[in-house]
Amino acid sequence: MSSQAARSGAATAGRIPAPKRPAGTLYRGREGMWSWVLHRITGTAIFFFLLVHILDTSLIRLDAAAYDAVIGTYKTPIMGLGELALVAAIGLHALNGLRVIAIDFTQWGVKHQRLMFWIAIALWVVLMLGFAPRHLMHVFGGE
Amino acid sequence: MTTIEAPRSRPTRRRGVNWEKWGWLYMRFSGILLVVLIFGHLLVNLFLGDGVSAIDFAFVAGKLADPFWIVWDTLLLWLALIHGANGMRTLTNDYARGKLRVVLLVLLAGATVVLLVLGTLVLTTFDPCIGDSTVDALIEACAAQ
Repeated sequence: MSSQAARSGAATAGRIPAPKRPAGTLYRGREGMWSWVLHRITGTAIFFFLLVHILDTSLIRLDAAAYDAVIGTYKTPIMGLGELALVAAIGLHALNGLRVIAIDFTQWGVKHQRLMFWIAIALWVVLMLGFAPRHLMHVFGGE
Repeated sequence: MTTIEAPRSRPTRRRGVNWEKWGWLYMRFSGILLVVLIFGHLLVNLFLGDGVSAIDFAFVAGKLADPFWIVWDTLLLWLALIHGANGMRTLTNDYARGKLRVVLLVLLAGATVVLLVLGTLVLTTFDPCIGDSTVDALIEACAAQ
């Protein structure tokens, strides 16, 4: 314990017990940290998809057959699962992003950030339950 | 060398535009718009109708025949790419050091500018009659012009 912590500890003696082992904080290992981790990972994944997506869509300006050939690869089973992951990432990033906005601009948001994390997860589950079966039918249903 | 200010010292106000503040605000406000724009995009392209299996040249040409979707997609392109690039800038500043950081930032800025120009040109100059169309209805419509 540093001397500063010892001094402030004396002032509040008996109220806050010293942790016996390195403990988490209000942030570390909790919802706030994991939402931050998820936001960075999903954001990075979405960004790299966006780069590719702008390039493949640009083929529409050059040649219809070339566009159809490239977009055809989006309909394969592996890419179909990739699209499911993409929508999952976008859903998490969007819902958690709205949570971040509420935290940054409202006191209510700061107070209820933990509740909002779990609401975001719940809404995300509902979103995926609605999207996944329909999308998988489009990909695997055959045509 | 980064120095850490003494606690509770007044923030030093630099002159000029506070770009970090505007970038921070941009992430929030573009984020709200992007929720609408991206979920609308996903709804029409991946959920309604036959979803991804229906997407081909004719599908996109049909959408881009309507100015509504040209405006929608142009907003999507600019808001999403700048939002994404600014986010990657944050990650690069957090995780890369020295020369690597500068190289990554230059690459990021270059890719962003190139794709913004490319995407905008595609959306504003799109012509369904360019190239050899394999869609009968389109061949007829273009021949009639």
